[in-house]
Amino acid sequence: MMDFLVATVLKIALVMGLVLLAVAYLTWLERKVIGDIQVRYGPSRVGRFGLLQPIADGIKLMFKEDIVPANADRLIFCLAPAISIIPALIVFAVIPFGPSFVITDVNVGLLYVFAVTSLGVYGIVLAGWASNSKYALLGGLRSSAQMVSYELSLGLSVVGVVMMAGSLSLVDIVEAQKGSWYGILPRWNVIPQFLGFVIFLVSSNAELNRAPFDLPEAETELVAGFHTEYSSMKFALFFMAEYANMIGASAMATTLFLGGWQGPLLPPVFWFVLKVFCFLFLFMWLRATVPRFRYDQLMGFGWKVLLPLALVNVMFTAAALLMFA
Amino acid sequence: MEWALFLIFALVAAVAAAGMVLQRSPIYSALCLILALFAQGGLYVLLHAELIAAVHIFVYAGAIMVLFLFVIMLLDLRPESHPPVQFNRVGVLAGFVLAGALLVELALGVGPRIILGPRGPYDLETLRMVGNTQAVGRVLFGEYLIPFELTSVILLAAMVGAMVLAKRRLE
Repeated sequence: MMDFLVATVLKIALVMGLVLLAVAYLTWLERKVIGDIQVRYGPSRVGRFGLLQPIADGIKLMFKEDIVPANADRLIFCLAPAISIIPALIVFAVIPFGPSFVITDVNVGLLYVFAVTSLGVYGIVLAGWASNSKYALLGGLRSSAQMVSYELSLGLSVVGVVMMAGSLSLVDIVEAQKGSWYGILPRWNVIPQFLGFVIFLVSSNAELNRAPFDLPEAETELVAGFHTEYSSMKFALFFMAEYANMIGASAMATTLFLGGWQGPLLPPVFWFVLKVFCFLFLFMWLRATVPRFRYDQLMGFGWKVLLPLALVNVMFTAAALLMFA
Repeated sequence: MEWALFLIFALVAAVAAAGMVLQRSPIYSALCLILALFAQGGLYVLLHAELIAAVHIFVYAGAIMVLFLFVIMLLDLRPESHPPVQFNRVGVLAGFVLAGALLVELALGVGPRIILGPRGPYDLETLRMVGNTQAVGRVLFGEYLIPFELTSVILLAAMVGAMVLAKRRLE
C-alpha cells in the first residue's frame, strides 16, 4: 500500500512537472514558429535564442498587480482560473506515455478524458460572467456555445476507434494498434479511421478555442474575450490552461490515432513525445495561416458538416467491422 | 478509507443540494447543483460503477449544466429580491407529513427490496472479469433493448416538438 502510494505520487510529480515545463516552453516555441512563418524573429533578447523568455514572462506575471474589478463577483472571479487549469492537468492521469508508464489505467479512460475536458468550459464561462463586463460575458457565452457544439462531433469522431479496439481503456487502445499491415504500414488507427482523425483534429482545435476558432477571444470585436478583466497570475493560469489543453489534445490524438508510444528502434517515450510535437506544430501552423471563422460559419460548420460526417463515419465503421471482423 | 471517502462525498452532495435550493442567485444555485453532481459521481466510483460515474459527469456536469449556465447568463437572471417568505401553517404541516411519508416509503418499501432483494448476475468479481462497460452494454442492448429504443424514440419526439415550437414564431 505504502509502496503503491509513493510510486504513484512520484509518477504524478514527474508527469506534472514535465507538463508544466512543456507548457512554459510551448509559449516560446509558438512565438518562434509563428515568427518564422511570418518572417520575423520572435523572442531573441532574453538568453540565447530567447530561451529564457518563458522564465522572464513568468516572473513578470507573478509581480504584476492582481486586479479584481470593483463590481465583479469576487468568489467566482478568483475560482474561475483554477476551474480552468485543473481539468487541463488531470487529463494526463490516464494517458499512456510508454509501455508501462501510465499513472493509472482506468477501464473507462477515454470517457474519463472527455468527462474531464468537458469541465474546462466552466472556467471560461464563469470568468466571463464574474468579470461583470460585456466583452467578457459575450466571450464566455460564445465559448460555451462553441464548446458544447463541437464536443458532440469530438465525441462521435472517436467512436470508430473504440469500436476497433473494443475497449475504452487508453492502454488497450494503444495495444490494439500494435503490428503492421503487409509488413510496412503500421496498424495505426489513422489509416482506417482517417475521416474520424480529421474530425477529431478540427473539433479539438475548436475545443481549444484556438485560431481559427478563437472567437471567444476575438480581439477585433471582444477586446480579449473572457479574460479581458484578468491580470497577473490569474491571467497566467488561463494561459497555462490553454497550452496544457493543447498538449492534452495532442497526446490524445497521438494515443487514439497514431499508435501512442509505438514505433521502431527508438525508445517508446521518445516516439510518444515526437508524435505529440508534430500535433503541437500543426496547431501552431494552423494558427499562423488560417483566418478566423465568422460566428455563424463556426456554428454551421460544426452542426451541418462535422456532426453528420462523424455519424456517417460511425455507421461505416460499424458496418465494416460487422462484415470483415 | 472507503468509508471516509463515502462520508466526504455524501456530505458534500447533501450540503450542495441544500445550497442549490437555498441560494438566491441562480448562478450560485447552478454551481451548487454541479458540485452535488460531482459528489454523486464520486459515490458511483465508490460503488465500482466507473462507467456510470464517467457518463454522469460527462453528460450532466459537462453538457447539461453548461446549457443551464448558458441560459441563466443569456437571460441575465439577477438574484431574486423577494420579501421574506411568509410561512403558511397548513402548508408547513402538509410538507412535513409528505416528507415523513416519503421517508417511511424509502425505509420500508424501496430500501429492503434493494438491499435484501434478489441479486443480479453481476457481482464485483464477474464485473472485474467482464469489464464495467461491457457488462452495462450487454444488459442495456440485450435485456433492456426495447425500453432503450422506446426511450430514444420519445427523446426524438421531444426534440422534433421543441424545434416545431421554436420555429413557429419565425414564420
